[in-house]
Amino acid sequence: MKISNDIVEKHGLKLEEYDLIKNLMEREPNLLELGIFSAMWNEHCSYKSSKIHLKKLPTKNSCVIQGPGENAGVIDIGDDDAIIFKIESHNHPSFIEPYQGAATGVGGILRDVFTMGARPIALLNSIHFGDPKNKKTRNLLHGVVSGIGGYGNCIGIPTVAGETKFNSTYNENILVNAMAVGHANKNKIFYSKAKGIDKSVVYVGSKTGRDGIHGASMASAEFDENSEEKKPTVQVGDPFTEKLLMEACLELMKDKSIISIQDMGAAGLTSSSVEMASKGNLGIEINLEKVPCREDKMTPYEIMLSESQERMLLIIDEKKEKSAEKIFRKWDLDFVVIGKTIEEKKLKLNHNDQKVADIPIDALASKAPLYDRKWNKTKLPEKKVKFNTLKKIKFEDTLIKILSSCNQSNKNWVTEQYDQMVMGDTLQRSGSDSALIKIHNKDKAVAVTVDSSANYCKSHPFTGGKQIVCESWRNLISVGAKPLAITNCLNFGNPENPDVMGQFAEAVSGMKEACEFLDFPVVSGNVSFYNGTNQRNIYPTPVIGGVGILNKMNYKKNHILKKESNLVLIVGKTFGHLYQSVFFEEIYSLFDGPPPEVNLLNERNNGKMVLDLIKKNLVSSIHDISAGGLIIALSEMCIGSELGIKIEKPKKMRNLFEYFYGEDQGRYVIEIEATNLNKVQKLLKENNIFNDVIGKVQKDYFELSDEFKINIKELYNLNNKWYYNY
Amino acid sequence: MLKPLLLNSKKNKLKFAVTVTLKKDVLDPQGKVVQQTLRNMGMITLKNLRQGKYFEVDVNEDNEETAKNKVDEMCKKLLVNLIIEDFTISKL
Amino acid sequence: MNSSVIVFPGSNCDRDIAVALEKLQFKNKMVWHKDTELPKSDLIVIPGGFSYGDYLRSGAIAGKSLILKEVIRASEKGCPILGVCNGFQILIETGLLKGTLLRNKNLKFLSKDVYLKILNIKNKFCNKYTLNQVIKLNIAHNEGNYFTNEEHLKKLEDLELIPFKYCNEKGVIDENNNPNGSLNNIAGIFNENKNILGMMPHPERMINKLFSGDDGINLFSSLMN
Repeated sequence: MKISNDIVEKHGLKLEEYDLIKNLMEREPNLLELGIFSAMWNEHCSYKSSKIHLKKLPTKNSCVIQGPGENAGVIDIGDDDAIIFKIESHNHPSFIEPYQGAATGVGGILRDVFTMGARPIALLNSIHFGDPKNKKTRNLLHGVVSGIGGYGNCIGIPTVAGETKFNSTYNENILVNAMAVGHANKNKIFYSKAKGIDKSVVYVGSKTGRDGIHGASMASAEFDENSEEKKPTVQVGDPFTEKLLMEACLELMKDKSIISIQDMGAAGLTSSSVEMASKGNLGIEINLEKVPCREDKMTPYEIMLSESQERMLLIIDEKKEKSAEKIFRKWDLDFVVIGKTIEEKKLKLNHNDQKVADIPIDALASKAPLYDRKWNKTKLPEKKVKFNTLKKIKFEDTLIKILSSCNQSNKNWVTEQYDQMVMGDTLQRSGSDSALIKIHNKDKAVAVTVDSSANYCKSHPFTGGKQIVCESWRNLISVGAKPLAITNCLNFGNPENPDVMGQFAEAVSGMKEACEFLDFPVVSGNVSFYNGTNQRNIYPTPVIGGVGILNKMNYKKNHILKKESNLVLIVGKTFGHLYQSVFFEEIYSLFDGPPPEVNLLNERNNGKMVLDLIKKNLVSSIHDISAGGLIIALSEMCIGSELGIKIEKPKKMRNLFEYFYGEDQGRYVIEIEATNLNKVQKLLKENNIFNDVIGKVQKDYFELSDEFKINIKELYNLNNKWYYNY
Repeated sequence: MLKPLLLNSKKNKLKFAVTVTLKKDVLDPQGKVVQQTLRNMGMITLKNLRQGKYFEVDVNEDNEETAKNKVDEMCKKLLVNLIIEDFTISKL
Repeated sequence: MNSSVIVFPGSNCDRDIAVALEKLQFKNKMVWHKDTELPKSDLIVIPGGFSYGDYLRSGAIAGKSLILKEVIRASEKGCPILGVCNGFQILIETGLLKGTLLRNKNLKFLSKDVYLKILNIKNKFCNKYTLNQVIKLNIAHNEGNYFTNEEHLKKLEDLELIPFKYCNEKGVIDENNNPNGSLNNIAGIFNENKNILGMMPHPERMINKLFSGDDGINLFSSLMN
């Protein structure tokens, strides 16, 4: 079959890229080969637009065992324990079929983690939907939440934290990002790099069907009116088979049979075999008729590009084949030797004794195109609106409106659909700044959180990029954990648009600055471009997954008030920055102005000091101050506790709204015993950290003198009702 | 009190059966496990099994064609997830 | 005391139950579903999870496994058998317990802490609790909405075969404090001999004060008596 320009374009390749393929191949490819190139060279697999920017991010420090480039990142948490984690997007499939899209997103990220030898211990997610008034939103929300739950609950890994947000920017392109965290022995980590010639290439797991053919290409193209036609490519998840696959892999990993292992994710058998060969600097030959197929008469093209779930590719020492096969049979899974490693650095495919493809590995991997796309800088927006010119409004009304809004209301409706307790090691569930998962049989726990701030990133991507890294850092500290490393999922619009590319470049630069300053490296991640429809790009939405370590379980902290008459302190300086705040958005529908400034020096100092106070056992409860400002942080400390706070108006302040709703960074609220006040204030003063006593814990009421007095139960109800009424 | 509107209708009641199955090429995890279990129980001649859903739908219409179109609309709008499922309608 | 935990493909609370049993000094063994012999046991536990993915009906396929024939035989000899969550569903599918577990009334998976009122302490499973004590346990299920016919329900109530019901923190049993729609707020039931207990809440998840609470411990320690 002659490859026409039309066929090239249908594969999502540019004509210049096709010329490059012909050069690298020194001939015209056949259709199968073209399909393989399109899968490997698309944005999702090749990172062709993002790579030159991602290189800037810090990826190493003393705790990093494996940075980006593997199935997931690996960090050392002491005592031979390693934590393996990664976040990944499944945005486009979830918009098309929300339940299966979200479910397979969870399945995929879990495989990335257990492929490396880790038992998954926690799942997290960041999901963004359109305006609740948009008629698609409700169905998408229900589908995605039950899909995430359906997969995680069934496989039996607790879903412990996440964020659910709404903004009209996601009306036609929702975001579904899933993160998995696993625990392994640091001396037993498995990598995807192939080693040795003539070693068996083994296919394990589910059979290959016609699912998701060209899913990876789909994830790299904007939606248009015809996206309906692309529908049949959505894969169906089978968490039960994945559970069997996970147990079988972990059982096999107890000895040294596996030389290398790679999950078949996006672009299935193609990307897994090419990545293993490329990293191992060798070639792979596969006999496609040996691949277990679900349907009759599947073509080589379909077999190579299928994205059927719950499959893995292994390279195994031939002496261990029998014992390995026995394990997979015990779990009723396919185990088939489909090929071998070869010296010639090529991907060679045969089908019933016919050669069907022969491509140099380098052409697919290291020689894939890289783009330094044109990008525009985003100017820091001016502060146009003056607060004192806005319509006056009662403080109590604003608080009630914000607490009962879709984005600030509590997420019980969501989290009740996730099993958060299975595995028995959930020390702290969602609803806190970070969740805590105990390391099985040890007196320590990992803290995990996911965060994003699309409004800040839209307004000024560089500051926004810095801010989310800091927010993740604060959320870890607020449960008593030492922040260690992050994973990032970078959700952006069309990179061929210089404004979008600029948002990306600058957000990454902002992250780099914060990560370097806080010694908080990026160890894994994923880029999702082309989020948008017909040139309407989504807000730049980088999502950060942070991991920290709680060295002793009794350092554990949360934001729930503990004791009547305790004092409530604010740590960190308040300036009253209202631009890009929840207050401006919810009350005045104002979206202009810059995000709050991020001072990394203060951020680090304040965080380290707060952690020190926790270790000295001076903190009863703690909450980081983020979206919604001080008053929302205080409200959340009351909600879910039996206690309230009586807040005193601050002596020095310009304006009540600025003080309580300002979203200045680097701040925490802490609850302390009254008798410890002098000790705490002395320590803070010695370290030049601003603090102020703002109130006292009391029974039953959340109260600000002269402004409002709300019963705690009522506060809970108004914060809890949105989802149940939607 | 609410009037039992439908009972007063002059139109006849027509009954249809709707069978919903997963599309041919879509993975059917449930069918796969049920099939395996039946085989393990000794039903070795079982070749293939796929799981689906069944609805019985009564429609107050005189014309069978119109009624069937209504059921077809119900399928497409709600009963069936057209992305992964197929359906057939038959008159009872 | 020897205990056995039956493991099916898709069981996922097996380790959690084993941790709880070992914490209370049971000598525990894991028994794979394809095994045909049960080790000598003073307690058999069928743990929670999604045996066979919950495909077809929750617990239906596990109910057909070989090892369950042995479990039934042991139960006839009076061996205590505990089925938690999916384990409860499996006990119902095998006929060891009567009734059925429907989908939750809100048609969604429900994972939350709930309160239970202890209504019967004269049995092997609850003798360490006090009568009318309110305890907090965690539930996590799709199908926990207990239903049975009137005659059987009357028997359950009359013969005191309901060890606990869903309630609020003060012990009030009513429809507002019925998380999944179960008949009469039933959270668990016995067979007539009271040696088989099926329950939806997970006692193994509440065995540590530092975590979410330890109200589940007494269920296991009762069995040590």
